Amino acid sequence: MCLAVPGKIMQITEGDAITRIGRVSFGGIVREVNLAFVPEAVMGDYVLVHAGVAINAIDEPEAKQVFEYLQEIYGGDIPGDAER
Amino acid sequence: MKFIDEYRDPEAVRRYADEIARITTRSWTIMEICGGQTHSIVKNGLDCMLPDKITLLHGPGCPVCVTSAAMIDKAIALASRDDVIFCSFGDMLRVPGSRRDLLSVKADGGDVRMVYSPIDAVHIAEKNLDRRVVFFAIGFETTAPANAAAVYYARQKGIDNFSMLVAQVLVPPAIEKILNAPDCRLQGFLAAGHVCTVMGYAEYEPIAEKYRIPIVVTGFEPLDILQGIHMTVWQLEQGRARVENQYSRAVKRAGNLPAQKLMADVFETVDREWRGIGLIPKSGLALRPAYRKFDSEAVFDIAAPDPEIVGECISGLILQGRQKPSDCPAFGKRCTPEHPLGATMVSSEGACAAYYAYRQKESPHIKPTSGKH
Repeated sequence: MCLAVPGKIMQITEGDAITRIGRVSFGGIVREVNLAFVPEAVMGDYVLVHAGVAINAIDEPEAKQVFEYLQEIYGGDIPGDAER
Repeated sequence: MKFIDEYRDPEAVRRYADEIARITTRSWTIMEICGGQTHSIVKNGLDCMLPDKITLLHGPGCPVCVTSAAMIDKAIALASRDDVIFCSFGDMLRVPGSRRDLLSVKADGGDVRMVYSPIDAVHIAEKNLDRRVVFFAIGFETTAPANAAAVYYARQKGIDNFSMLVAQVLVPPAIEKILNAPDCRLQGFLAAGHVCTVMGYAEYEPIAEKYRIPIVVTGFEPLDILQGIHMTVWQLEQGRARVENQYSRAVKRAGNLPAQKLMADVFETVDREWRGIGLIPKSGLALRPAYRKFDSEAVFDIAAPDPEIVGECISGLILQGRQKPSDCPAFGKRCTPEHPLGATMVSSEGACAAYYAYRQKESPHIKPTSGKH
């Protein structure tokens, strides 16, 4: 129910704050999505879409941290050590 | 698909599982809040990859499961009216009220429609001005912005034949309810990633501090969940208890401010009855008085619901992490997805449905299913 799917903005139709609509591609399947809550998002950005509404843009630099964290711990250093 | 497939890499999954085993020295019990996480854990067998010392309990984060039978009875009463087009997310249609479900109303000729977005329901109202369109607004904080946008749009455009039956619920009061139980054995939480995408995680910081419990905001893919567990276990092993964010590609501490602003304009906090759990103070959202004419409970005269018949279903205990689906004597025998006794077997995110679909080994008496939810 709280599923949200990442998709790429292909087109934006400017409307007022609540009717800002975009066409978003989910691996090639394109759907109309309400973009009212991601006013900063532009074409080419990835957004997380839930119930026809984009609930946030994906922070692409942060998307790698799952692997960076793994690299850090697998390399022998335990994260959080620096904070102790 | 980008931002999904890379978080399912089997080698990275194995390494995370190894690392969790390496740092775990004591027994820890952790709850994932969200039904989407439960589904991912059971489907991918992530719990089976963890050391025996770590127990995962499944939480109440399935809005379909916690919507009260009384609220479903109201939905059924509205859907049965000749002048109503009743719109709902598909998951809700098969959940039993006190006597029947919405799908049976549809089978009897009721105009019950499944929608993907609440905004679609408003468009149905625009195209059917001679009918009254009701949308069943269920969901946690993740869904609240979409529901708020729909009713805001209807008010802006003067679409007066649209209304919402609001059954919105909030996560933090449910976490506190679980933590306040005298027999609570939880030591850590994976907070629900998409709820926090909307709300941020500052509101969890006082809970982590008050109950001395680590809370890690966690995503939904296998690597997200294993990293969330690793971060939680590491805090526990170190004796720390604070809020951390595993799902930083989608979640910021402040959350989505435009979404929160519209939610605050449209909704106010109310006490809410949770199915199987009971009344939780300030755990729900209802429409503000300015939206009264879009509130189905205000604009329709709905008959009082029948009292719920309490059978052998233990979904209330399952939703609070006090029992597992396999603990239930009816599981897979008298209770199946085709003939569910409770909502946790109906919803694709219910813990019982996930165990039924993916855990044949633990329950040899049930037949394998080919269908995936």
